[in-house]
Amino acid sequence: MSEEKGWAKHSNIVGIVAFATLVVALGLVETFQPFGFRFRDFTGGMVTFDTLIRIGILTIVVVGLNLLMGYAGQISLGQAAFYGVGAYVSAIMSTLASRHEVLPGISDAWWWPWLAILVAMLVTGAFAYAIGRPILRLRGNYLAMATLGLGVVMYTIFREGGGITGGHDGLAGIPRLSIGESFAFWPVERYYWLVWAAAFAVIIIGLNVINSRVGRGLRAIHTSELAANTMGVDTDKYRVQVLVLSAMMASLAGSLYAHFQAIVSPGPFGFVASVELVCMSAVGGMASVWGAALGVSFFFVIKEVLRARMHQLLRGAGGEHELIAYGIILVLVMIFVPEGLSFGGIKALSWLRNLAVFRRGDGREIEARTGQAG
Amino acid sequence: MQRYLGTKSVKMALTVAAAILLVAIIALLGYRNNYGPKAFAQWTMDGIRGGSIYALVGLGFVIIHSVTGVINFAQGEFVMLGAMLCASIFELDLPLPPAVKLVVAIVASVIIVTLVGILLERGAIYPARGAGVVTLIIITIGATIAIRATALIIWGTRAKIVPAFTNLHQNDLIFRPFGLTLGAQSLWIWGTVALVLCALLYFFERTIMGKALRACAVNRRAAELMGINPSRMSLLSFAMAAALGAIGGVVFGPVIRPQYDMGLVFGLKGFVAAIMAGMVSPLGAVLGGLITGVAENVGAGVTGLYGYKDLIAFVILILVLLLRPQGLIGGEERGVEQS
Amino acid sequence: MAESMILQVENLRKDFGGLLAVDDVSLAVREGDIFSIIGPNGAGKTTIFNLISGVLPASGGQIRFGGRLLNEMKPHEIANLGLSRTFQNLQIFTNMSVLENVMVGRHPRSSYGMISAALRLPGGRREEREIRERAMEHLDFVGLKSFAEWNAGSLPFGQQRLLEIARALATEPRLLMLDEPGAGLNMTEKVALSGLVRRIRDQGISILLVEHDMAFVMGIAERIIVLDYGEKIAEGTPEEVQRDPAVIAAYLGTEGI
Repeated sequence: MSEEKGWAKHSNIVGIVAFATLVVALGLVETFQPFGFRFRDFTGGMVTFDTLIRIGILTIVVVGLNLLMGYAGQISLGQAAFYGVGAYVSAIMSTLASRHEVLPGISDAWWWPWLAILVAMLVTGAFAYAIGRPILRLRGNYLAMATLGLGVVMYTIFREGGGITGGHDGLAGIPRLSIGESFAFWPVERYYWLVWAAAFAVIIIGLNVINSRVGRGLRAIHTSELAANTMGVDTDKYRVQVLVLSAMMASLAGSLYAHFQAIVSPGPFGFVASVELVCMSAVGGMASVWGAALGVSFFFVIKEVLRARMHQLLRGAGGEHELIAYGIILVLVMIFVPEGLSFGGIKALSWLRNLAVFRRGDGREIEARTGQAG
Repeated sequence: MQRYLGTKSVKMALTVAAAILLVAIIALLGYRNNYGPKAFAQWTMDGIRGGSIYALVGLGFVIIHSVTGVINFAQGEFVMLGAMLCASIFELDLPLPPAVKLVVAIVASVIIVTLVGILLERGAIYPARGAGVVTLIIITIGATIAIRATALIIWGTRAKIVPAFTNLHQNDLIFRPFGLTLGAQSLWIWGTVALVLCALLYFFERTIMGKALRACAVNRRAAELMGINPSRMSLLSFAMAAALGAIGGVVFGPVIRPQYDMGLVFGLKGFVAAIMAGMVSPLGAVLGGLITGVAENVGAGVTGLYGYKDLIAFVILILVLLLRPQGLIGGEERGVEQS
Repeated sequence: MAESMILQVENLRKDFGGLLAVDDVSLAVREGDIFSIIGPNGAGKTTIFNLISGVLPASGGQIRFGGRLLNEMKPHEIANLGLSRTFQNLQIFTNMSVLENVMVGRHPRSSYGMISAALRLPGGRREEREIRERAMEHLDFVGLKSFAEWNAGSLPFGQQRLLEIARALATEPRLLMLDEPGAGLNMTEKVALSGLVRRIRDQGISILLVEHDMAFVMGIAERIIVLDYGEKIAEGTPEEVQRDPAVIAAYLGTEGI
């Protein structure tokens, strides 16, 4: 009841601090390896800087997706398109010098890729605005399918782009990000901090938007577009705006990805990628900014665990077995915890809390067994 | 609140203008690249062949959606399973003459895939029947992943070879009417689809089950009150959609080389067909499938951009959703659901 | 001179492809009035509300609010002009707290946008404080102040109705439309509601009320129109309407309230 709300109010600040501590701790442990302890040893090679960086990059995309799907109640089965546009714009611009010898001296300066990231975000935002206005007329399944179609169209363009996008093989030779001539955000130990700093900025922006007039408008649209409209919320405008915001976040992630991989190819930006993003969003908890990190991490963990364990359980073929379990787990989570693991976790926690409280031996056995707060 | 493209007449005019423009472009390209009417005829024929399968998949989508409101992402996987199972069973060392073995393979694979469809409905859809749109979409996606992964494990990544029905040989018998190339398998495909459509027509018009299904599609609550069991109807719709997909896969198998990941493309294009039917009209799904098949073939052929072939279907999808979400054939003012 | 008419509806028609839900209805609400629309179920009362608030497009006729033509306007634009409403089947935002629901109502009276929100710019933060304070005031006005942090969905039904009113009031409307605000309330709650409606009017807000409960309406409205099958069958003061034989016939069995 009213207790839930109080809980949630403080959770943002607590959450940011706690999460930041976790990220910093992980980074420090991996970097300095106190007592020769490495996280990767602890987790059997599963978790490395590589993994953590990927989680960070995808968290950025999924935060945007959560704003769009969880808060505003829209659907996007083509979010990877925005992710891809960001990656490709960054890649194209950063390799202008090396591949086409355009603007030498400027386009290979250290600040050029940073400019490219901004340009990419603007391009992606404009693109989202242009298609958003017509597409967001649709609702429900129809919107889902339109975004799906859009995602596939973009993927095809990436793949068939020939000279511009490098076609099937993509673009290589993307430089690392650096400040000045000397300080590069590389190797991975350094890139980790950059990526997670960006992730935090995005998370904080997400929280800011949710707790603002705009966020309330979006949440209102989710529950009752009718009431929102009659309370003065311009629903069409807001839906486009949240799409643009989520697109720009995805673009940022794409650029970070490009500078991480140093190669950009169409593969990670297709339908499967979009679907995975939606799954991460849903499993983590769509209506939760924290759910983003949770959902992404969950998927990486599952993938790694399954890859390792399945190999033991079923002799024979490689990592395909994990996919079955992947699919089944997805289905199970959606059936039993449709609001996502973050909320499921909160519910489980309060259930446990209620249990523990009554177990303090006041003799009320019945309450202890049922766990009801009464 | 549909004020975007203005009044109905403006929309109509735009649509007609766009259609004329499209035909003009195609004709121009054809002329420029020296593609005569024979080439167009060939593309159209091939397009109808592929389009028939999209029609079957689209029918599956329409049946499931109109009864349960769910969009079944796994629809394309039924096609894949049908093709792969048929090929596998045919390869088994059974003491039967090849023709009989083929028949057994076909029948067995359709039955098995239908069971898979039932399993999907009972195991994944029914338990989550009250859930929101996104949840259901994700569930069907999860099922698709699981099915595809299972296929990968069983059959690996190599493509299978399905013999043509006519001569039970890998290379089909080819006719050459008017200088065009017509594989005998195409006749099997058209014949099968026509048969299936007749059977469906009979089912929906003349049998109690079929009418019950239609009733459920029109008004679920009322159907329930009339004693029709919605749970059973949901099951039936999935079983039918699975069977339709399997039949499509079985009969199309000899034309392409079935692989574990072929389902996705069929699913998505079948969906385009269903959208053109406004998600409600079986006839519309068939026409939509054929139109999609022809459009992508002609489009890819006349422009020479074969890599973009899949894209054509999606452009159609987006255009239809934007301009006429209630479908081209059949379907009322749905899709842009008013609040 | 004629008192100013805040709402003028002339020859309003709504055709649902064969079903004529509203047939040539005209009404005029004077500023400061409590005006009521009554009629049997299905008479078209809520449809009229939907037409006025811009949710549905009219098939014919004109709607003027403070002199301005509302016909082609979108609902949020109409809200910004000072016309607000509640709903017969509650449309509260169950994914927010009670206070946040009312804060949504402050939308027409605030302006900061996405960029200000994302970056927590000072202008936005100031507006946000103001929104919160004013929303609290409106909550207090309807008596829900102590429920501010509750999840809106967990309020008892009667309180949810009050919440919708508070939310509509937060838009600072000139005309407030209430769609069956008394439905589902018990006698005590209805009496309180009566008092609330009067207090709202005393703040200078005109009221257009759709209701079913005859006693409630007769006790509070100054002018009434009666609809049946989409047509206006009577108009006047409560006394006049009560005695009208057409009205009695339409209600069949509610003689001499």
